[in-house]
Amino acid sequence: MINITIEDRNGTRQDIVIPEGINLSLMEVLKASEYNILATCGGMGICATCHVQVLEAPGSLPPVNDTELDMLDTLPEAGPDSRLSCQIRVNENIAGAVFRIKGESNE
Amino acid sequence: MITTDICIIGAGPVGLFAVFEAGLLKMRCHLIDALPQVGGQLSEIYPQKPIYDIPGFPAINAQDLVNNLLDQINPFHPTFTLGERVEKLERQEDGSYLITSNENTQIHCQVVVIAAGLGSFEPRKPAVERLEDFEGKGVAYMVKNPELFRDKRIVLAGGGDSALDWTLFLSEIASKVTLVHRGETFRGAPDSAEKVFSLAEQGRINLILNANVTALNGNGHLKEISISRKDKTVSNLDVDYFIPLFGLTPKLGPIADWNLAVDKSAIEVNTQDFSTNVERIYAIGDINTYPGKLKLILCGFHEAALMAQSAFKYVFPEQKLSFKYTTVNGIHAL
Repeated sequence: MINITIEDRNGTRQDIVIPEGINLSLMEVLKASEYNILATCGGMGICATCHVQVLEAPGSLPPVNDTELDMLDTLPEAGPDSRLSCQIRVNENIAGAVFRIKGESNE
Repeated sequence: MITTDICIIGAGPVGLFAVFEAGLLKMRCHLIDALPQVGGQLSEIYPQKPIYDIPGFPAINAQDLVNNLLDQINPFHPTFTLGERVEKLERQEDGSYLITSNENTQIHCQVVVIAAGLGSFEPRKPAVERLEDFEGKGVAYMVKNPELFRDKRIVLAGGGDSALDWTLFLSEIASKVTLVHRGETFRGAPDSAEKVFSLAEQGRINLILNANVTALNGNGHLKEISISRKDKTVSNLDVDYFIPLFGLTPKLGPIADWNLAVDKSAIEVNTQDFSTNVERIYAIGDINTYPGKLKLILCGFHEAALMAQSAFKYVFPEQKLSFKYTTVNGIHAL
């Protein structure tokens, strides 16, 4: 099992346990866990509405590719620790990581 | 005033296909969309991406699908109001509706179909103190009429193609252009980025990197902005206009105020005909929700077909509808 921690917009933290071997992105896990995020483009990395901030990353997250950097550049509030959750595959490399949800709410 | 049978709010693929289904039943359609072009998310977000789940097309480029839909609805001569957002929806005594846009365009219709996807795409706003106080009074999120900026002092913010393109364009007509970007490189088109750096070297624009606009000041109209740099220094700049360009993000907008049953920004509908809880208003495509809803274009197409069969009774209350296949009846232009 892969354990990660999610900090919601209001600062509430919740641990999430994800089975190993599933072929999901962090965005899909967040949506499945009923976090309120838009994820407009459904995971193509072209809307930037699933923005997260990486607060802790004991493992090695996948590198940021050009498309993701392009999108993050359009976000006024993005920082060096910003990622698009749809571009992060859930595997053992993200175990122990803490992500803060920054993307826009769907309400 | 524009008069039509059905006003479709949203000119994405599902809104466009609704014109076809309505046209088969001889109902005229007018489409209104906040974006300046038709196609919705397909044209705005991923025009060059292939789509694989459109029946009959093993793969089709998103913009090609939009173009095909335009060809398909051409016989029904739909009319369009683009680049305007619906602001007001007023029910008339006879049950029809009067729709008013933010530019005061008025559309009178018998039936309203909301096919607005995730809502209208609106500018993504940076967290800047008093930003909304100065909207229309020095803060603009797009350049609609460049002449407004002639001989003015402009500050743009952003690092994408829009920020680069408008910096280059406005450098020709404004008295002073400043571009503020929070990074030190641009990820927009390399050619545009090169031109921006070149103009900055020549002193023709003011380029401030590793910085953000953090506050606005003025009395009735924007007069001054504060720029915070990464090294924590803050400086003030006299300006006439501030144009933050950080892309678009979908918002439900005024639809939320129309007494429709809404769950998490989606409109609840009856799956029999995709009608809402308000008579003569339908919601199809990604904007609606019901048990088992799948946000797929093809599901929206299905919803459009059922909507049209149901809307017929409001447009032609005296007529009885009999369903016919297009192979039997053909396509009769309006």
